[in-house]
Amino acid sequence: MRRKYVRALGGVALAAAMVAAVGCQDSGGDDNASGDGTCGGKIAIFGAFTGPNAGLVIPSLNGAKLAVKQHNAENADCQVTLQEFDTQGAPEQATPIANQVAQDQSFTSVIGGHFSGETKATMPTYEAAGLVMVSPSATATELTAAGNKSFHRVVGNDGTQGAAAAVYFKDTLKSQKVFVIDDGSTYGAGIAAELTKGLGSQVVASDKVQTDQTNFDATISKIKAAQADAIAYGGYTNEAAPLLKQLRAAGVTAKFLGFDGLYDPAFPQGAGAGAEGAIVTCPCLPAAEAGGTFSADFEKEYGEAPGSYGAEGYDAAKVLLDGYKDGKSTRKELLDWVDAYDKEGVSKYIKFADTGDVDPSKVVIWAYEIKGGQITPQSEIKLS
Amino acid sequence: MTETLREINDRRQRLTAGIGERVRALPRWQKVLGLLAFVGFLYYLPYLGIPGLTWFRTDYIPQGNNWAGVLFSCAIYVLIAIGLNIVVGLAGLLDLGYVGFYAIGAYSVALFGSTQSPVVEALQNRFGLSEQWAVSWAICIPLAITFTMISGVILGWPTLRLRGDYLAIVTLGFGEIIRIVARNSSWTGGPQGIAAIPGPEGAPSADNTIFGLIDPKPWYWLALTVVIVMVFAVRRLEHSRVGRAWLAIREDEDAAAVMGVPGFKFKLWAFAMGAALGGLSGFLFASRNAFIEPTQFNVYLSILFVAAVVAGGAGNIPGVAIGAFLLAYLPERFRDFSEYRTLAFGLALVLVMLLRPQGLIPSRRRARELADRRKEAPANV
Amino acid sequence: MKGTFVDFDALFGHLGQHTVDGLSKGSIYALVALGYTLVYGVLRLINFAHSEVFMIGTFTVVGTWSVLGATDSPAIGTVILLLLAGLVAAAAASGATAVAVERIAYRRLRRMNAPPLIFLITAIGLSLVLSEAFGLWQGRLVKGMPTIVERSVLFTIGNTEVTNIQAITVVAALIMMFGLDTFINRTRYGRGVRAVAQNPDTAALMGVNKDRVIALIFLLGGLLAGAAALLYCLRYGNTRFNVGFVLGLKAFTAAVLGGIGNLRGALLGGLLLGIVEVYAATLTSSNWEDVAAFVVLVVVLLFRPTGLLGESLGRARA
Repeated sequence: MRRKYVRALGGVALAAAMVAAVGCQDSGGDDNASGDGTCGGKIAIFGAFTGPNAGLVIPSLNGAKLAVKQHNAENADCQVTLQEFDTQGAPEQATPIANQVAQDQSFTSVIGGHFSGETKATMPTYEAAGLVMVSPSATATELTAAGNKSFHRVVGNDGTQGAAAAVYFKDTLKSQKVFVIDDGSTYGAGIAAELTKGLGSQVVASDKVQTDQTNFDATISKIKAAQADAIAYGGYTNEAAPLLKQLRAAGVTAKFLGFDGLYDPAFPQGAGAGAEGAIVTCPCLPAAEAGGTFSADFEKEYGEAPGSYGAEGYDAAKVLLDGYKDGKSTRKELLDWVDAYDKEGVSKYIKFADTGDVDPSKVVIWAYEIKGGQITPQSEIKLS
Repeated sequence: MTETLREINDRRQRLTAGIGERVRALPRWQKVLGLLAFVGFLYYLPYLGIPGLTWFRTDYIPQGNNWAGVLFSCAIYVLIAIGLNIVVGLAGLLDLGYVGFYAIGAYSVALFGSTQSPVVEALQNRFGLSEQWAVSWAICIPLAITFTMISGVILGWPTLRLRGDYLAIVTLGFGEIIRIVARNSSWTGGPQGIAAIPGPEGAPSADNTIFGLIDPKPWYWLALTVVIVMVFAVRRLEHSRVGRAWLAIREDEDAAAVMGVPGFKFKLWAFAMGAALGGLSGFLFASRNAFIEPTQFNVYLSILFVAAVVAGGAGNIPGVAIGAFLLAYLPERFRDFSEYRTLAFGLALVLVMLLRPQGLIPSRRRARELADRRKEAPANV
Repeated sequence: MKGTFVDFDALFGHLGQHTVDGLSKGSIYALVALGYTLVYGVLRLINFAHSEVFMIGTFTVVGTWSVLGATDSPAIGTVILLLLAGLVAAAAASGATAVAVERIAYRRLRRMNAPPLIFLITAIGLSLVLSEAFGLWQGRLVKGMPTIVERSVLFTIGNTEVTNIQAITVVAALIMMFGLDTFINRTRYGRGVRAVAQNPDTAALMGVNKDRVIALIFLLGGLLAGAAALLYCLRYGNTRFNVGFVLGLKAFTAAVLGGIGNLRGALLGGLLLGIVEVYAATLTSSNWEDVAAFVVLVVVLLFRPTGLLGESLGRARA
């Protein structure tokens, strides 16, 4: 009987302790007030830094890191911190991260998102928090179509790239019958639709493949039946490399063109000899063309050439860093700063239109050709 | 090596078994008080700031995720686990396509509640409604539940006559079909997904006072409330005639049929109830995130749900809740391990199953059953 | 552009070609399906980790070829050497993995007489561990490999072209299938397997060593998965850390379709599934092929609840 009371008392005490605990708080998020006149601040960068598509995003992250490192080395009195948040490219992971960044007042600007889905999911949150977003690689056209205020991107959108690819098919390849394939992803289906719009009646047929598909017999039969002289692929390396390899093995010689999702060294490696002569378009400058000493610096820092969006990552960070350097230290000031930004970057001249897109006349789309297993710059695609 | 592991495990088993017995021996008012304190603690969790316990917060590390946001995901996973537990734990049906119901629930609110959905736009055009018109959030709740229950019956009607392992592959196919249809049809928004999914205060907007865009705490409390209500409901169900029928079917369907328990009918019930809960969690998930796309509902998730339920302790609500909580929580808390998270999860799963096949917090009935089978084992080896 | 959703001309215009494509796709399913079916027939459990057994086989082929310095279309002597080395290495690696999976994950559970669900979850965990380990080690993007055998058209019937690789795949699958069937039905070991499948207790009383029989079926399943891995590499020339997941699901579907536990059923199911997928992809687009595959599965199971040929390694058990 006594033990029972002891236990009961213990129970009550535990409950009391829990209630009391509510009282003694050390609050979780540290709410450092910002804008107190000190120079510098914190930038949040989010994207798929792990997971299957990390290869496309890491160069951009490294570009941003490089920019911050250079800035901090030059401006000892204006230190900027870059905080990474891994989303694995999943919208449901990006949303709470957006909450975290929005609630932590020490963050005054955001680089991201890297993919369109995570960007679409988090845009309202960042906008509500008055945080400026500068994206290096979210290219879906619809992102800037709905009157957003905080989203900016230093990269051309899928519409521009799709149109450029259409021009390339018409003028350079002189293709009459283009077969359009996409992987049904947000990115792949989106950009394929833009291309189809640009090519009009030159699209002879199309097919949709799926993620992780390995056998492309049916697609190849369709290409043969359509007697296409060129093939466009909207999607990523994991499906494009086996597809191209099987295409060439099956004796299809039609020209192959992919978009920036294939701007990735793993693509020629995976497709082997079949990749020779394939074209990859990308709204990214060849390393040699990127302004200043960026490519050299990048290679020195990371031991490899800046891959996809390395320069854009650098530019996105640079746009914000210039703001911090100018003494901007609140979310509002930085948002205004980015809206009014007008300066030469390493990937292109950066000036934002009202929609948040980089001024369309400044967007450059390059065609790269795969030669000897390397992605080599071929020519800039002139849109007009 | 295995011997020592086994021994440690046995010792721990004796210790933890003791705890369960003692809790059960407490007088009723103490149990109620303890439960109330625990529920209170759950509601308090987003503020967790007790020195020492802050370590458990996911934003304890600089790259950490929002704590209340993660708690919301945990609550959603727990809700899913409770639903899946009806199917797997109570009725003993192996459902590897549960994510399909989750997706249907999410798409119900997205397709009917969002002004940006093709379905709502089609309705607007058909009936000459205004641009702002969409089905309100509250009406989407019964919609989501109805749709998922119907789909549960449609899936269950032909397939529940199949035996266990056949059911597994057919349900898995169902989950995939839902995702593929969502991804490749224009009326579901296709791969672009659907944004502007409403919450209790209507479409997501910065003006919403409680369920706003920035602070996820109210969402967690909402989800937690739903979880608690459902826990009570399912417990009632479990101890009702229906619940006993499920257990009977799980143990031996033929014997149950002989005793006058119509197996098919009750299995279909289990399927529909489980589906409804899955739909409800999908519904909450979509409202909170305000944006969904088909890739979020892949077959992998179904398999992880089943793993969480079994590893937690199939058939026992606290067990499956713990399993689901850990599934959502651990990868977020250990973000520092980044790339190694899935590997560690797989290892943990194998170890739990080998050392504690009855699950982390098993139901008493199931633990006994396993012990019985173990005794029978030598004859079979 | 074709406006219609279903394109019958595309299918029936080249029906023979699509059938051949489907058969060659399905033979790889069939070989992997045999692994599921063998284990299921004897132990009545889904060896979910079998997909990773296959994945390890493909990586072994890549590794072996790169060690031997393989290049695109080498001389005929080198081709034979590379094929043999690839086959031996992949079969050995996959066989060893399969036996190790049994030893580490399943034996302890069998001693406990755990219910099948526990085996399934353990296997899922193990499958995660194996594929993630390769993802971390080999990277997560596709890995290319040299094209050892250049594709060429072997013969043409009407407008149907049969290529050398398709012929190799189908013939190799049939030979292995036939060999396995003979092994199970004609040899002493095979009789042991059938005995354990029929009734483990009686078999044990009759002096069959159950543990050895079980190790044997895992080994057999692994060897076949290794062979399938080599054929896969020849055919596709790529692999990836998660290559097993989708293929494993398909192979398991094939096994169920034909009647799980039934060796000939696995072959039939695999070939049928391959054909259904290619037909469906041709009729609509490739992203609907999985839907077609699962719909066919459901329809078949509705009319034949134990698959096309019914389940029997020994005989059907209730």
